Parts: sequence; C-alpha cells; structure tokens
Amino acid sequence: MNENPDTQARQIIDNLTIYYGPKKKFVAICAGTGCRASGSLKVKEALEAELKKQNLNVDVLATGCLGFCEKGPMVVVHPDKYFYQHVKVEDVPEIVSKTVAKGEVISRLLYRHPETQKALFREEDLPFYKKQLRVVFGKNGMINPEKIEDYFAIDGYQALAKVLSEMTPEAVIAEVKKAGLRGRGGGGFPAAVKWEGVRKAHGEPKYVIANGDEGDPGAYMDRSLMEGNPHSIIEGMIIGAYAVGAHEGYIYVRNEYPMAVKHLSLAIEAARDNGLLGKNILGTDFSFDIQINKGAGAFVCGESSALFASIEGRAGEPRAKYVHAVERGLYDKPTVLNNVETWANVPLIINKGADWYASIGTEGSKGTKIFSLVGKINNTGLIEVPMGTTLYEIIYDMGGGIPNGRKFKAVQTGGPSGGCIPERLLDLPVDFDRLTEVGSMMGSGGMIVMDDTSCMVDVARYFTGFLQEESCGKCVPCREGIRRMKAILDDICSGKGREGDVELLEKIATGIADGSLCALGGSAPNPVLSTIRYFREEYDAHIREHRCPAGVCKALITYNIDPDKCTGCTLCSKVCPVQAISGEKKRAHRIDAEKCTRCGACMESCKFDAIFVK
Amino acid sequence: MVNFTVDGKNISAAEGTMLLEAIRGAGISIPTLCAHEAVSRSGACRMCVVEIKKGNRTRIVTSCLYPVEEGLVVNTKSDRVLNVRRLVMELLLARCPDSEVIRKMAEEMGVEPQARFIPDTDKGKCILCRSCVRVCEEIVGVSAIGLFGRGPQKQVGTPYNEKSDVCIGCGACAYVCPTGHIEMTSTGDKRQIWGRTFKMQACAKCGKFFAPIDQLKFISKKTGAPLEELKICPECR
Repeated sequence: MNENPDTQARQIIDNLTIYYGPKKKFVAICAGTGCRASGSLKVKEALEAELKKQNLNVDVLATGCLGFCEKGPMVVVHPDKYFYQHVKVEDVPEIVSKTVAKGEVISRLLYRHPETQKALFREEDLPFYKKQLRVVFGKNGMINPEKIEDYFAIDGYQALAKVLSEMTPEAVIAEVKKAGLRGRGGGGFPAAVKWEGVRKAHGEPKYVIANGDEGDPGAYMDRSLMEGNPHSIIEGMIIGAYAVGAHEGYIYVRNEYPMAVKHLSLAIEAARDNGLLGKNILGTDFSFDIQINKGAGAFVCGESSALFASIEGRAGEPRAKYVHAVERGLYDKPTVLNNVETWANVPLIINKGADWYASIGTEGSKGTKIFSLVGKINNTGLIEVPMGTTLYEIIYDMGGGIPNGRKFKAVQTGGPSGGCIPERLLDLPVDFDRLTEVGSMMGSGGMIVMDDTSCMVDVARYFTGFLQEESCGKCVPCREGIRRMKAILDDICSGKGREGDVELLEKIATGIADGSLCALGGSAPNPVLSTIRYFREEYDAHIREHRCPAGVCKALITYNIDPDKCTGCTLCSKVCPVQAISGEKKRAHRIDAEKCTRCGACMESCKFDAIFVK
Repeated sequence: MVNFTVDGKNISAAEGTMLLEAIRGAGISIPTLCAHEAVSRSGACRMCVVEIKKGNRTRIVTSCLYPVEEGLVVNTKSDRVLNVRRLVMELLLARCPDSEVIRKMAEEMGVEPQARFIPDTDKGKCILCRSCVRVCEEIVGVSAIGLFGRGPQKQVGTPYNEKSDVCIGCGACAYVCPTGHIEMTSTGDKRQIWGRTFKMQACAKCGKFFAPIDQLKFISKKTGAPLEELKICPECR
C-alpha cells in the first residue's frame, strides 16, 4: 500500500478498477420501467438463451432507461451501436445470428425518419437523440445498474478518488461554485452556496440528503436516474459529504419506486463492500455512510422541511424556514439537501472540471437538464439537453411534434405547480430564470405537451385538484384557498361560472402565493394564473358563452350527428352505453342530449366522421 | 438590543424576540388566531403576516415566528399583507360560519363573507390552529389528540376517532381552543369530552367536584404527590 496518504485513495481505486475497462462488444437492452412494461425482460432472457445457443460469448446488459420510451423495448448492439426499436422475442434469433455474429444490420428493426422514411442506424443519428447532450443520463446505456463493476468501467468513483487524494473540502466547494451548479429539484438554488453554509455551520452531526421524492404527474427523470445509475448519485453524495464535513447521509425515495429502492440498496451495499462507504473511505480518515428512507408518497414530502419531518418519523408537514436548513435541517442539525439529479452532476464536474461544465448552458444556468417529455407528443421519453435549449427544439426536433396532425397549444413545465406556456413563447430558451419570467418554473423537469384538444380551464382545474389533495393542510391559504379555487374552476367547467370569477381567482391566487407557509402553496396558483394570463379567452368562452372551445368540458358540449354523413350503419347506437342514439337502419341517426353522458364512444366508433362535438 | 423599523417607526427589542411581540410591544396591533401563549408556534393561521424588506428584497413572513433583525424594515399594513389577511378571513368565514370569534374578527377587519364560497357545514368551529394538539403534547404530555388526514380532509381528533385510553379529561384542549370548537360538558360528578365520560373527584373538604379522577391519578404518577393530597381542590388546599 502507498504510504503517502495524499495519493493513497487514488492507489486504492486504481487497484479496485484495474480490471474494468469500457466494454466493447455487448448487447444493451433497456430494462427501465417503461421498457419492462412493454416486455423487455422477456427479450433479455431470449437474448441470453439465444447467445448461448449460438455459442457466442457476448454479454447482455440490462440497462436502466435509455430515454426513448416511445420506441421500447430498445436494443443497442455494440460495438456498432445499431439501434433497434420495438424489439420482440421473435426478433431475437435474427439479431443474434446477423447483427451480433456478423455485424449485419436488420433493416426492419431500425428507426425510420418520420419525414424521409430513411432508416437510421445508430442512436446518435436519430432526431430524438441528435440535439441532446446526455452527459449525465447517457451513461445509463453503458451499465447494468445492479453491478458496481460496470460503473467502475465507465470511470466510476474516479471523481471521488480525485477529491480524496488531491482536493481539500474547500477546493471541492470552490470547484462546484465555479461550475455554477444549481439545484435540479426545482428551486435552482446554487448548490455550492448551500454546501458552504453547511461547512461553516456550527453543530454536529451534519447531514447530506438526496431528494428522490419525485411526485409530479408524468415526470420520471429522477426515477430513471436512481434506477439506471444509482452509483452516480451515491458518488456525488460522498463527495458532497466530504466537502461539508458530514458522516451520515440519507436518500429519500418513494416506496412506489420499488426498482429505484432495489438498485439504490444494491449500490449502497456494493459501495460499502468496496470501501467506498463506511469507515475510512478509500483508506483515508474520512467516513460516511448512507441510509435509504422510503417515503409513503405524499407530494409535499419533496419540500425540504416536510422531508426532514418525514425522516424524523413525524407527519410530513413543512415548517417556517426562517432559519435555513443549512443551519437547522434534519434533527435541527446543519443539512445539505439536493435533488438526486444535482448529486449525479457532481462527479461529472470533478472529473471534467468546472470550466468544461460552465461552458455548457446559459449565463445563469449551467450544465444540462433532464426533462420528461409526455402528453400529446410523438416521442414520449426522457431527454437531456444543455440549459438554454429552446422549447421549440425540445418539442419539435427531439419530441417529433404533435401526433395525429393536431396543433400544439401549450406546454406545462415544472410539474403540477408549474405554468402553461403558449405557442408564441416556443422560442424561449429553457433555463431556471426564463421559465420563472414567463410564469412557470423549471421544477424538477416535467414537460406535459397539450394540443388543441386540451381545454386550458380543464387543465388548470386538473392540476388545482391535484394540489388540493396534496396540500398538507397545515396553513389556511393553501388548505382552504386551493379548494375554493377548485370549486370555482369546477363551476366554470360545468357552465356555472359567473362574471368576475376570473378576477376572483386572481385575487385568491395572489393571496395563496403570498400567504402560504411553504413552496407548495407558494406555487400552487401557477396553473390558474398562467392559463388566465395566456388563455384568458377560453375562460371567457366558458363563463360568458357557456362554450368549451376545445370540446372537453362535458357540461358545455353536445355530441351531434351530421345527417349528410350518417349512413345509418347503427354502429354508434350499439356502442352507446346509455341508449341515447336512435334511428332506423340506413337512415340518419340522432343523439338524445338529455340521455347522452358525453363519453365519446360513438364518435370513436363512427367510420364516416359523422359525429361531431358542438 | 436589535433595532429595526415598523411602519416607519424605530423600534428596538431584545435579540431572539419574535416580530409579533416586538411590534405589539410598540403599540401596533397584529391579529392572530393560532398563537397561544401556552404552546409553541406553528405559523398555521397566517393572520399575523407582515411584509419585510431586507436590501432590495421584500417578502411576506409570519411575525409570530420571525425573530427580530437589525435594520429590518417591516410593514404591517401593506396591500399584500392586507390581501393575505382578508383572504384568510374570508376562507375561515366560509369554513366556520358558526364561529362567533371568526365573525367578530371579520367584522372588526371589515371583511364580508365571500359570496362565491359555499359555507361548510361539516367543519364545526375548528380552524385547525392546532393549539389543542400542542397543549396536549407539550403541556399535558399525553398526546391524546392529534391531526390526521391531509389537505381539506385534515382534522383534529383522537386516533381513529375512537375513545382515547390516554386522555385524562383535563380539558386543556378546550381551554386553549380559540373558537370554542371543542365541546366539554361537566355536570355533577361527570365530565364529557372527546366521546369519553370521566368521573369527577369531589373535594375532600368542600365537596365540590373539581377534577377528573383520571387526571389526579396522572398528576400523582407524574409528580409523585400522594393521590390523597390531590383529592383536595386547589381552593381548599
């Protein structure tokens, strides 16, 4: 063993990782939650069996999420990196005999460019991936998250070795500060400022926590990171703990993410076994360990003080934060709480340097951000882009635009308490500050795309309803105010809106934003305020004309049959669950608006486009 | 001493004093509902909000929990402050239309019930200030009642709304309740609270029923004072 303590950590990590280099020939199959749901584990088993059958000594790597969930199950055959989509068990023998054995490409499994229909061979050729910069998330494709060896093979724990053998805690904080890393959980607070605060704060012990309490509807980037590359989060936390002088850490993760819990647990165990967690990490006098704390699924527990309360075994309720968590956080001790994605950025900054990191992004927001792209979008999935990428690039270049030839209407960013951004702002470069300027927020990175079949009042009503349920109920404005807003929105959507309701909503919203105890209430009015700001005419149509322009709000629409188009095939009257449709065979039918429940089944069934909503 | 200004007036207060006390001490009134002197503060009702200015940044804080700071500029009557207070009042009027305390407070502030809010009929007079829960935990030390449910479903009660084994019938919760939501009735040798009926102790000297026997047993156990001594009412002791 090296006697010099300064380089001892480096020596130990080199000994640990000497046998692991980047793999060249292997078959990666996405085993993220999305692809598992579409059957990727069966494909994986078939691949393993087939490789054995054909006597090929090639590894199958069940990786975490590869991002392009729309096209799952996905298989990438290395070293050529041929990208196959929608792979079925039946495709496996051919993949093995042709692509793995001979390097031949199977054309029918390739992705085709939606416009040119040209077959594209590799991940990086696909429009979905082309403009991405997947420095954090892209590593998912190179590792089996259950194996620490795979993480070693992609320079895992090199940043930790560098920190422990070459850097003082102050130097680590300075590097993170220079990189300009801001918190990925929503607030965008500079990570290094928090770290510095905890380093200087009095009180022992100090804590380091990763916030994995992802609860936004439609958002799953944190989950995919915890599932797909747990060691990157753990390595970041160890570096953070060294920087602030903490010896205990927690990862707070929802129990409804069982695979994230499993992979994090395995990773923590493996890190302990390899001397990367526990006493005297890599032979130094620095000790640190991590526990997993499983959350019960309350949205508010993503809020820092509620999260602390939850770990402490109390009800997840926020408290006034006039004394900051850096001084009095978990158990009233100095605490660094960062989102899992923030932690996963840390090894990258140490490995590649603050200058490199700061060269990515915009002036105020550095690095990349992972977004989950869902809703009315062709390419559903997770993307990682440099800060400052425009919404247009995200939705059209990567997202592939809106399905079924419909028209884009709005994108909601930042989770349930984010705002809806209209078409005219699509050129907006996405970063922390610009999103706030337009009345939305970065949040943890959810993006829900809506087309012209979405009613913006109904959207505001949905998110307000979500927040009403998820309010902890401690303070009056949030508990009582959100439900009163929801009741007014219910009225508007059911044709009982009154003149002055919009102004009243704005007044309540301002009071809730100003008066609430925590950020949940503080941002809860965003869906209402942003839809009023950008889609006021839809509110007016509901209130004044009792009309839902998007044809969504059931009380304000009627289903009708165009007698010129109706052939009297009787199909609609058969599918109608409430017998609201009548008419003779081969004669135009009609819908009884009194009986009709507006379920839309008739419209879906009609082969002649004869049914329309008014 | 810490020096700061409130509504343009220079004020000083000892370090660690909360803005609420410091401001009231200077003769400026601030309404509160959930701050009770007997229990710790939660910042739940938001009536005591004030606007503070530090450098160029202004924000709304609850004065009951915000310690005084040198150079702080406090505004207790800004539009933002009054808007929050009015909203809280309107929301509580709709939640507890039968509460006289709330109605009177609203009247003093010139706040009318908001016609667009349909008054609740199932919340009683409880504004969820949590003083009762805190006094039971912090002062009495039995935690017989707590908060359960989330968001609009949140309520105060005994676990699973069943009769509590640990409640001693002391009535401290009813005493601190600002709106009179918690019902306690004492008639003769019986006291009823939280669905339980407690047998009262008659004073060994004057014969007046003065405390539940369970409470005296609890005090005896906690302090070591012989139960017989406690059977004499405070006035005769």
